[in-house]
Amino acid sequence: MHAGPWGSGIEEGRESVELFRSVNVDWLGKKWYFLAFSLIFSVAGVISMASHWAKTGSPVPLGVDFRGGTQVEVQFKQAPDTEQIRQATAAAGIRDASIVNYDIPSHHEVLISLPEQHVESALDTGQQQIHNALRDKFGESAFEIRNVSVVGPTVGKQLEKQATLATLYSLLGMLIYLWFRFQLIYGVAAVVACFHDTLITVGSFALLDSFGFKGMEISLTVIAAILTLVGYSMNDTIVVFDRIRENLRLSRRESLADVVNRSINQTLSRTVLTSGLTFLTVLSLFVFGGPVLRGFSFALVVGILIGTYSSIAVAAPMLVAWQQWRAGSSKAAVLPAAKRSRV
Amino acid sequence: MKKNLKQKIVIIIGVLVVFLYGAFFGFDAPRLGGGQPLLNQLTQHIHLGLDLQGGVHLILQVQVKEAVGTETDNTLARIEQDLKTAKLTISQVTKPDPANHPQTMRIEGINPTQSNAVRSLLDSKYSNEYDISGGSDNSLTVTMKPNIEKALDDKTVQNAIEVIRDRVDSLGVSEPIIQQYGLGDNQILVELPGISDLDRVKNIISTTARLSIHAVVGGPYPDEQAALASVGGNLPSDQELVHGSGSMATGSDVDSVYVLQRVAIVAGTDFRSADPGSDSNTGQRTVRFTLTNEAGDKFYEYTSANVGHSMAVVLGGRVKEVANIESAIRDSGEIRGSFSTDEVAILSKMLRTGALPASLNYLEDRTVGASLGADSIRQGITAAIVGVLLVMIFMLVYYRGSGINADLALFLNLVILLGFMGFSGATLTLPGIAGVILTIGMGVDSNVLIFERIREEMRAGKAPSAAVDQGFAHAWTTILDTHVTTIVSAAILFLFGSGPVKGFAVTLTFGLAANLFTAVYVSRVIFDTHVNNLKTGEAVSI
Repeated sequence: MHAGPWGSGIEEGRESVELFRSVNVDWLGKKWYFLAFSLIFSVAGVISMASHWAKTGSPVPLGVDFRGGTQVEVQFKQAPDTEQIRQATAAAGIRDASIVNYDIPSHHEVLISLPEQHVESALDTGQQQIHNALRDKFGESAFEIRNVSVVGPTVGKQLEKQATLATLYSLLGMLIYLWFRFQLIYGVAAVVACFHDTLITVGSFALLDSFGFKGMEISLTVIAAILTLVGYSMNDTIVVFDRIRENLRLSRRESLADVVNRSINQTLSRTVLTSGLTFLTVLSLFVFGGPVLRGFSFALVVGILIGTYSSIAVAAPMLVAWQQWRAGSSKAAVLPAAKRSRV
Repeated sequence: MKKNLKQKIVIIIGVLVVFLYGAFFGFDAPRLGGGQPLLNQLTQHIHLGLDLQGGVHLILQVQVKEAVGTETDNTLARIEQDLKTAKLTISQVTKPDPANHPQTMRIEGINPTQSNAVRSLLDSKYSNEYDISGGSDNSLTVTMKPNIEKALDDKTVQNAIEVIRDRVDSLGVSEPIIQQYGLGDNQILVELPGISDLDRVKNIISTTARLSIHAVVGGPYPDEQAALASVGGNLPSDQELVHGSGSMATGSDVDSVYVLQRVAIVAGTDFRSADPGSDSNTGQRTVRFTLTNEAGDKFYEYTSANVGHSMAVVLGGRVKEVANIESAIRDSGEIRGSFSTDEVAILSKMLRTGALPASLNYLEDRTVGASLGADSIRQGITAAIVGVLLVMIFMLVYYRGSGINADLALFLNLVILLGFMGFSGATLTLPGIAGVILTIGMGVDSNVLIFERIREEMRAGKAPSAAVDQGFAHAWTTILDTHVTTIVSAAILFLFGSGPVKGFAVTLTFGLAANLFTAVYVSRVIFDTHVNNLKTGEAVSI
C-alpha cells in the first residue's frame, strides 16, 4: 500500500488506508486550466439554454409544474408504440399532444402532454379525452394511468417565481452568514462558486435536451435538488476556507497563494472522501430511486461533481486573485485577514 | 472524567430509547399486545405523502370577487333605499365595472342642491366600510375600504374551506388536508389520500346545485313546444320551463318538461336541517328536511290553501320530484327520488351548511395512482438501503475501528430522524426519502472531517487522547459552518416549497440537526471510551 496516492499507516505495524496523505499540488498554478474548463462548461450551458430559448421560449426544458398544461403518465402492459398512441389521440381530436417514452424502456411507460389551456374552469378536459382515446384504441385493460398533473397558468407562474426567489434568497442567506463568520470577500467567492455550479447544473439539462435526451425536465423537485447543491457546494467551500483561515493565523509570513495551496492539499482527502460518499448515495438514488426522482438525482449527480471542483478551482483562486488585485504586485499574505473564529 | 463519560453514555442511551419509541409509536400509547408486527407500527406512525400513497391533490381559487359583488349589491340596494327615504334625488346608482372592480359603486345624477345632504347621509351611514369621494359631474364614488375587502375575502375563503371540508367528509377520506394555500391569493389546497376518482371529487367539491320547491302550473309535457302550447304559446314572466331529470322517481320522464312558478315556495336558505333517510316501504333514499320557523309558516300557508295541487322539487335546475299536496305541511317533510348516495349526502350537507360562498376555479390538479405510489416507496427504500450500506462498508474499510464508530453514529442518526418523524407527524414524501439518503451522505461528512483531522494530529506526533481532543476541536468550527449553511437552504425550501418539496426540506433539516448530535457528541463519547480503555502505547484504530 505504499504506491501512488495510497500512503502508509500512521504507526508501525498497522497499515491504514489513506488517500492523498501528503500531496503537494500547486492548485493555483493551474488556475488558467480551471478557468478554461469552467468557461467551456458554462458557455456550453449558456449556449444550449439560449438555443432552447429560441426554440421553445424557455431556457431549459420545463416540467409540467412550471410549464403548465396537462401531463398524463400511462403504463402499458406491452411495449407501447408511440406512433399508434399518436394516431389514437389524433383520431379523438386531441391537438398538440406530445408523446414521449418515459424513463427506462422496460417499464413501458409513456408521457402524454398537452399544452396549457387557458380556461381554468375547464382545467381537466384533456385528461378525460386522453383516457377515452386510449381506451377506444387499446382497450381498458391494456394500460394504466399512473399519474396525472394538470397545472394552470396561475400556479405555473407562481411556482416559477417561488423557485427563483428561493434560489436567490438561499444564496443571499449564505452570503450574509459567511460575511458574518469570515469576511465579505469569502462570502462573495463562495456565492460565485455556487452560482457557477447552479449555472452548469441547470445548463446540463438544456445540454442533454439539445443532444436529444428528452424527458429530463426542470420540475419542483429538481429545484429542491439545486437548492441542496447550493448548500452542499457551500459546505465544500467552507471546509477549504476554514482551513485557509486557520493557516493564515498560524503562518503570517507565507504568501496567500502558498497558504491556499496548502489548505486545499490538507483538506483534499476529506473533500474527495465526502464527495465520493455523497456521490455514492446520490448515484444509488439515480439508479434505484425510480423515474419520479430521476431528474432530481441527475441534478445532484452533476452538481456534486461540479460543486467539489468549484470549491477548489473557483472559490479559492478567487480569494487569491482578489488579494493580488488589492495589493498590486505585492504578495504579502496580509489580506484577507480573516476574522478570528468565534466558536 | 470517567464518571462524566458514564453520564454521557446514559444520555445517549436515553435519546436512543426516546426516539426509537417515537419511531414506532409516536405519541400514542404502545399497543404491543395486538400481535402487530413492529414494521407495521413503524409505517403507521409515519405519515406518507400523496406521492407515496396515491391520491388527489387540488389547488382551488375562490372567486372572492363574487362575494364582494354580492356584498356591494346589497349595499347598493340599501343606498338607493336610504336616499329614497331621505327624499334625495339621484338618477342612478351603478357599478361601473362589476366584473373587475366589484368593490366600486357610482352614484350619478345627484341634484346639485342636495349634494351636501347626499354626502353627509353616506358619510354618516357608510363611511365605516366605504371610502366616499366626490366627482366633478354631480357624482359620488363609493368604494369598499381595502381592509374591509380583505377581511371579506378572507372570510369567504374560510367559509369555502368549511363547506369543502363538510362535503369532502362524505367521501370518507381518512386524513384529508384542506387549508389555505399560498400567500394571499385566496387559494385552497385540498389533498385527499387514497382517492383516485378525480371527477367525483370535483363534482362533490364544486357543485353549486340549489334546492327549491316550486308550484307546478302544468306538466309533464314531452318537450318544450308542448309545454309552451299549454300556456298558449307565450310563457308568462312569472313562470318558467324546467326539464325533468333522468333519475326522477318514475324514471320514465327523461325528457319531460314542466311549467313552474318562477318564485319558489321555499328555497336554499329556508331549510334549517336535512338528513339522509330512506323510505321504510320501498327502501328508496330520501332527504328529510326541516324548515326554519318563518319558512314553515309560509309553507303551511301555501300547502293548506293548495291541497290537491302538486309541487316540484327542483335541484340544480332540474325537477327532481313532483309531489301531490295531500295535506297541509308545516315545517318538516321528505323528498323522494332516486338519489345517488353522494347526492343525498351532499344535498343534506348543503341544506345544513349552505352553498359555497363563491365559485371555485381549479388552478392545479394532480392524481397519483396507488400503484405508482407503491413503486415509489419500493424504489426509494431500495435506494436508501443501497446508499446506507455502501457508505457504511466504505467507512469500515477506510477507517477500520473508527469506522464502527462512524457507522454507529450514522445508525443513531437514522433512528433519531425516524423518531422525529413519528413524534412530529411530519409527512414523508418521495423527495423526503431522498432527503434521508442525502443526510447520510452529508452526515458522514462530519465523521470524515473529524477522522481526517485526528489522523493529521497523530501524524504530527500527538498522543491518542490529545489527537482525538484536537481533532474534534478543530473540526467542530467547520462542521458548524457547513451545517448552518445547509440548514439555511433547507429552511428556505421549507418556506417556499409545497407538498413533496416541503417533505424533503423537513427530513434534510432534521437529519442534519440530528447529525450534529451523533457525529460530534456520540462519536466523541465512543472515542473517549475507547481511548480510556487503551493500554499504554496502543494506538487508535483510524
